[in-house]
Amino acid sequence: MKELIENLKNEIIESLNLEDVTPDQIEADTPLFVEGLGLDSIDALELIVLLEKKYGLKIDTAEEGKRILYSVRTIAENIIRSRNP
Amino acid sequence: MKESLHISNYCLIRNSHLITGQDHFFAGKETAFPDFIKETYRHFNIGYPKFFKMDNLSKLGFLAAELLLKDRDLNLDYGKDGTGIILANASASLDTDRIYQASIADRSNYFPSPSVFVYTLPNIVMGEISIRHKLFGENAFFIKQTFDPVFMVEYVKHLFENQIVACCITGWVEMDSERYEAVLFLVEKTGPLNNGIAIFDVRNVDDIYCLKL
Repeated sequence: MKELIENLKNEIIESLNLEDVTPDQIEADTPLFVEGLGLDSIDALELIVLLEKKYGLKIDTAEEGKRILYSVRTIAENIIRSRNP
Repeated sequence: MKESLHISNYCLIRNSHLITGQDHFFAGKETAFPDFIKETYRHFNIGYPKFFKMDNLSKLGFLAAELLLKDRDLNLDYGKDGTGIILANASASLDTDRIYQASIADRSNYFPSPSVFVYTLPNIVMGEISIRHKLFGENAFFIKQTFDPVFMVEYVKHLFENQIVACCITGWVEMDSERYEAVLFLVEKTGPLNNGIAIFDVRNVDDIYCLKL
């Protein structure tokens, strides 16, 4: 879990072009949207593409998206769950 | 009698150099556009993280507008609807269109990037400038084969004469692979230019565009 969280932090920084953000600045439990990193709706779409491409994790509904993309930890938990259904 | 319009500031970016009508000058060490524009952003301490998410065309226009409007608040002077943005270029959003096209070329690895797709229109650069400076006035983006000062001056004058704008950001923002140039003008009825106010006419506009950098 810890390694996955660290990988996700780096991938989020790279795919969302968060140039001035370092992995240490991203807390695993801090909300990614509005507060925290202050990501927007395009970032959400980019994250959905990243998760499907890299981890095969599909997000089908907006409600599911809100729940899964809440924080780095919720993303990691859902990736692990999708691997062990 | 028609009032004269003035160029109260300008910003020209070309060949890894930037110059404004208010004596800002920057000669980049980097020659590749992505490196040069990032270097310029850091040199002027812009502090707008969304800059890094923009495509190259938007980065170019955005940065030129930042320097054009340095120390100015057009909302304070003209209200949120008073300032128009009229831009043009030759290559539209082709630079980003190519990147997007490449990302969807392989049907077996089909993951189109939403953040690239949103920049596959040239007028998005005006949106980025408008968001940054909270400008809600008239805007239009034209595709012309070459920089056309005659068209630009006539079009902007028409907007002033018909009281559609009280101030206008206008110019040329061209980006195609490694070929890029931006020249933006701030046009007002009066304006403070340190080096003397220039009348907004075809000759002055063309003279500024032709400055060697």
